Amino acid sequence: MADIAFRGVNKIYPNGFQAVHHLDIEIRDGEFLVMVGPSGCGKSTTLRMLAGLEEISSGDLLIAGQRVNDLHPQARNIAMVFQSYALYPHKTVQGNIEFPLRMAKVPAAEVKARALKVARMLELEPLLKRKPGLLSGGQRQRVAMARALVRDPVAFLMDEPLSNLDAKLRVQMRAEIAALQRRTGTTTVYVTHDQVEAMTMGDRVAVFKDGYLQQIDTPQQLFERPVNTFVGSFIGSPSMNLIAARIEPSDDGLAMTLAGERIALGHGLEVRFNTPGGAADLVAQIGLRPEDVVDPHLAEEGQRLHGRVVLTELLGREQMVYLDLRDGVQVVARLHADHRLHSGEDIAIGIDPTRLYLFQADGRALTYRQVPKG
Amino acid sequence: MRRVVIYSLLGLFSILCLVPIVWLVASAFKANADFQTYAFAPPVDRLTLGNFTSLFKQMPFLRFMMNSFFVAGATVIIQLFFSSLGGFALAKYEFAGKKVMMGVMLATMMIPGPVLLAPMYELIYHLRLIDSHLGLIVPGMVNVFGMFLFRQSMLSVPDEMLQAARIDGCNEFQIFWHVVLPVSRPIVGAFCLIAFMGTWNSFLWPQIILQSSDRFTLPIGLNQMVGVYEADYGALMSGTLLAVLPVVVLFFLLQKEFIAGLTKGAVKG
Repeated sequence: MADIAFRGVNKIYPNGFQAVHHLDIEIRDGEFLVMVGPSGCGKSTTLRMLAGLEEISSGDLLIAGQRVNDLHPQARNIAMVFQSYALYPHKTVQGNIEFPLRMAKVPAAEVKARALKVARMLELEPLLKRKPGLLSGGQRQRVAMARALVRDPVAFLMDEPLSNLDAKLRVQMRAEIAALQRRTGTTTVYVTHDQVEAMTMGDRVAVFKDGYLQQIDTPQQLFERPVNTFVGSFIGSPSMNLIAARIEPSDDGLAMTLAGERIALGHGLEVRFNTPGGAADLVAQIGLRPEDVVDPHLAEEGQRLHGRVVLTELLGREQMVYLDLRDGVQVVARLHADHRLHSGEDIAIGIDPTRLYLFQADGRALTYRQVPKG
Repeated sequence: MRRVVIYSLLGLFSILCLVPIVWLVASAFKANADFQTYAFAPPVDRLTLGNFTSLFKQMPFLRFMMNSFFVAGATVIIQLFFSSLGGFALAKYEFAGKKVMMGVMLATMMIPGPVLLAPMYELIYHLRLIDSHLGLIVPGMVNVFGMFLFRQSMLSVPDEMLQAARIDGCNEFQIFWHVVLPVSRPIVGAFCLIAFMGTWNSFLWPQIILQSSDRFTLPIGLNQMVGVYEADYGALMSGTLLAVLPVVVLFFLLQKEFIAGLTKGAVKG
């Protein structure tokens, strides 16, 4: 087990395309770090650089304090689980699990014992003599995990290991992998494009976009304090609503204009911006999470927006309501399903100003808090 | 109706292909006197094993067969090694001049073999390999056709499997040996058969290179039986029948290797 550090790492392909820009990440020993982002954001490239499958164009990669930029993958003692599992089809499950140990010239008796131990841990013992072609997706995934585990590596790398499984199995394997990581305590770097996986599995989550690290933080912090509109809308499902807005002084502190209506920000409260240089006139858009939309009856006077229901999706106890507000603004609200809404209905939604996210014109977040006046 | 036509045509072709084989088998058991009388097999009571006795008396048939086995076996093993390794490099690595090299390799396949006989003879002469089995093996060590055959097959081996092997501690040759070659088993079988048949039946080059009768391969040895004025066709046919048997046996042995789909289950799906 070991710390891993990316220090100013860049990846530039021969055709000039830069996949990763000046990456700085410190991964603590035993940590479960999830790298998340849309396709082509550089997360897989980062993982492959860590594995030694891609050269690092510049910067330093350190494992346990040692610079490993030029080390061959086999010398890094890192195990990797691939999206396609990449099992050896001509070998049995046992052969697959034992392979890395045989390559490391571990004595035969120890090879058998270690493979069996890992197979037991992952409930693969009855399948040891089968070939990968005869296994289900979930079983193959487990074999790939076993092959990684058996080596006792300094770190596990996982490249979207659950993306080929069906939804139910994915949820099950998600929990299994997280539990396994906690049990072994091995530093793990996990790549996914699924923000639910990221939020549920990682100790910390690194969000990537266009080759840049946007934010690295605990799942809760990412959700509550996104540094920009990209992180804000990427984390959370359904996505945060982003609405153009303006803040200006009013008789009662500050008021916000959005979707053609005015919302009182601090009724008897003062808004203080925490961001250095933060000021009300910097606010260009607000983020409103669908689940933060409140029942209009619970909202205070002057904190409601009016619109028309376009579509509703019933999800058991909740309903997802797609609304057209004034000025052509579209939002999604997650509301209780007690009172079923239907397309074409005119309704009001309540806004809780304390649950709003404020962003500047360039997408950067402004943080603020409300304090009693006086 | 269409099926009837197709099956009739296929049947006709099968018969056309089988005629020489049936004729060969029949002739091997036919006395020389009956060759002009019966087109195919004579009545059962006229069948004879005399041709085989005559064959073994007239020539060191077993010796020729051992020579053929040695030359064909060695050639197949060496060709398999270089072709699969070359195919692996062409399929899975990027290096400067790769495209040009492949173009040149393809171009060499377009040169008719007989054109190369004279320069190759000179080369082998200077290497002092005339009248030796090495003279048969060395020119055939690298098989461009085989390299392309393996390249095509290995292109379908997923890169992730190679990367997994790299992470599991393999060096590049171990990746080839432990992962890529075993996964390419069907093509190994097909290639071995093609290469073996090619060498086993090779006539022109051995005829030029070999001079001592104790080094003759089967086709050259059998050819000795056809004289200018007379030929022992019975013995020749029995020898030919024995000569094709190893190829037939090898075909049945390797037949199951042709089944594709060994990579099934390697990756998602």
